[in-house]
Amino acid sequence: MSTQNKHTLSVLVENKPGVLARVSGLFSRRSFNIDSLAVGETENPDVSRITIVVNADSSPLEQVTKQLNKLVNVLKIVELDPQQSVQRELLLVKVRAERAVRGQVLETVELFRAKVIDVAPDTLTIEATGNPDKLDALLRDLEPFGIKEMVQSGLVAIGRGSRSITTGPALRAA
Amino acid sequence: MTKPTPETLANRANPATVAAATVAPAVITVPPTPATGAGSLVRSLEALGVEVVFGIPGGTILPAYDPLYDSSIRHILVRHEQGAGHAATGYAQATGKVGVCIATSGPGATNLVTAIADAYMDSVPIVAITGQVSRPSIGTDAFQEADIQGITLPITKHNFLIQTPEEIPEVLAEAFHLASTGRPGPVLVDIPKDVQQAQTTFAWPPVLDLPGYRPTLHPHGKQIREAARLIAAARRPVLYVGGGVLKAGATDGLRKLAELTGIPVVTTLMALGAFPDSHPQHLGMPGMHGTVPAVYALQKSDLLIVLGARFDDRVTGKLDSFAPDAKVVHADIDPAEIGKNRHADVPIVGDARHVIDELIAAIGGTASGASSYDPWWSTLNDLRTRYPLGYDEPTDGTLAPQYVIQRIGELVGPDAVYVAGVGQHQMWASQFIKYEKPGTWLNSGGAGTMGYAVPAAMGAKVGLPDTAVWAIDGDGCFQMTNQELATCALEGIPVKIAVINNGNLGMVRQWQTLFYEGRYSNTELGTHKHRIPDFVKLADALGCVGLRCESKDDVDATIKAAMEINDRPVVIDFTVGKDAMVWPMVAAGTSNDEIMFARDVRPAFEEDDL
Repeated sequence: MSTQNKHTLSVLVENKPGVLARVSGLFSRRSFNIDSLAVGETENPDVSRITIVVNADSSPLEQVTKQLNKLVNVLKIVELDPQQSVQRELLLVKVRAERAVRGQVLETVELFRAKVIDVAPDTLTIEATGNPDKLDALLRDLEPFGIKEMVQSGLVAIGRGSRSITTGPALRAA
Repeated sequence: MTKPTPETLANRANPATVAAATVAPAVITVPPTPATGAGSLVRSLEALGVEVVFGIPGGTILPAYDPLYDSSIRHILVRHEQGAGHAATGYAQATGKVGVCIATSGPGATNLVTAIADAYMDSVPIVAITGQVSRPSIGTDAFQEADIQGITLPITKHNFLIQTPEEIPEVLAEAFHLASTGRPGPVLVDIPKDVQQAQTTFAWPPVLDLPGYRPTLHPHGKQIREAARLIAAARRPVLYVGGGVLKAGATDGLRKLAELTGIPVVTTLMALGAFPDSHPQHLGMPGMHGTVPAVYALQKSDLLIVLGARFDDRVTGKLDSFAPDAKVVHADIDPAEIGKNRHADVPIVGDARHVIDELIAAIGGTASGASSYDPWWSTLNDLRTRYPLGYDEPTDGTLAPQYVIQRIGELVGPDAVYVAGVGQHQMWASQFIKYEKPGTWLNSGGAGTMGYAVPAAMGAKVGLPDTAVWAIDGDGCFQMTNQELATCALEGIPVKIAVINNGNLGMVRQWQTLFYEGRYSNTELGTHKHRIPDFVKLADALGCVGLRCESKDDVDATIKAAMEINDRPVVIDFTVGKDAMVWPMVAAGTSNDEIMFARDVRPAFEEDDL
């Protein structure tokens, strides 16, 4: 999958029941592909922020944002440029780590500045955050030991610099 | 916080569609008063200026029906909730006001779904109010529980599940505001039974809280100037006019713009009546069953000025061969329509009335003058002469459906409201009745809902009691919703229903004739062969006058007889031939260039090198 067509949208929505269903339903019904979606409250409890990574060319992306803007509960949409923003995912992974290889696993954890958060006689559970590339690399290195289970959050992202999303310009193509 | 406009709060029609509406309506003020949730609902509807609602009571909406019993609002008891929904739609389309329908939870609410989807596709302002099971029962698969908010998410402009009785006035005002402003559309309000029963306070007006809703009404000046520049440079321009022009009340402006520039006009199925059919600049309807000159004009145009239309597949045919040489100025109030199907060289977001007014102002000085379109007009006029709308008399001696519909239009006249079902009769009604005024043609365009005509005509007649309302229906459509004639008979709603009875699902049969080697799988309805049902007897049973007409000689007399009856609904069984087909036709999925004037007759376009 080409990463060139990936776009990170930060969508500010009213913090009301059913809003996430409106957003996700819109994507499926209009045949837009979501790579990842994360949602949570913001500094303003009335407002939630949905970070959506979509895989789309520029013209379908324009349709996505226009259709999202039509949802009455959507307040603002901003596309975050990867160069001008910090983007992070959270990964929890349970890796096979018998005594013989445990040292090597810990070394990998160290290299990626990840953390061991649970220990069992034959496994280690590791927590890591980072951009998707870093987490992919970590997984690639852990793979040979044997991944028993993993879970990943959707991507969250925030613009660099002092300007806040609430004061910056919105994505509102005509 | 959005301030409600006085028009929204009083549910007044768009001022432009009601010429006399010059005085701003007074907003009712009510200090906080004790009320039940149901009382608050009914008082909110009254304060919003609602005069009539269409509905059926049931378990979870019962509390609302108690205060409704004492209200000034007229409740029309329909026989099926789908009828309530289409009636609200017909009422809204005919009057420009918000139509209201009410149903109970579960099957009552799901029966509204088709009508809501229909209103959504045609951008009609209706508010659907549904009862819901009490809050503690939600999510337990309680009796008559359905997640109608979830079900209608994709087919409403917005919907609400009311959580507390206190929010009822605000949500109702928001629902009406959303339904009637911007791009209009249906809004559903779901109200749990215990919320209706709870004690609360009613106060008016509420403050709307819609921070994410800001429709753009005024176009950007730069885009208008750019559009004016393209118009001045064009040699083969066309005004491609859609339903948005009617909804914006922009028909006077459209006429001014057309006459100022001399540009040919085509009006889509949703825009019939936006520009007089008799006007010399009107080429007719484009699309699958459009006129040859209208379809050709779009195909050969070098500039489409698109006003409140959305490049529907029924208009464009195969999209990538649609109007290949045209630049596009696309004005719509919904930004998502612009660039959705066809790239716009000049996108304009705004209300059609403002767009047209500002285009007129911008062009005013720079109009190139109609004379530069002379070669264009001479080509189009030549096509008009060679390929007029018409039909062949049936050779088997049967009555021609087109003749019936044409005579209805001629005898009843351009002041009546015509309401069509979906299928061949709808297309013939769009072709052979001449529409001169806005709001005189109602149909289900986007959704293509068979069964729309009878209940929509009922709603239109309720909204315009002094106007003749004629439904042009098919025998297939008519059998889907004719139960509402009982409502019409009992409620004193004297509509006329012309059933164009060809004994078949005619449009499907036409496709079987053309594309399935005449294999008529399941299209014969038996209304000819077995006369089941007998529409005259059925009409009688439903409290209507039933008439039948089987020959050309009786057509005028039958129509006139129907026109004389105004104390009851009239149903006319026009028994017509089954082999008539709708022409011209662009077969689905093909290019507009492949338009057929009649079976095996392709128009000769001599000016291809224009």
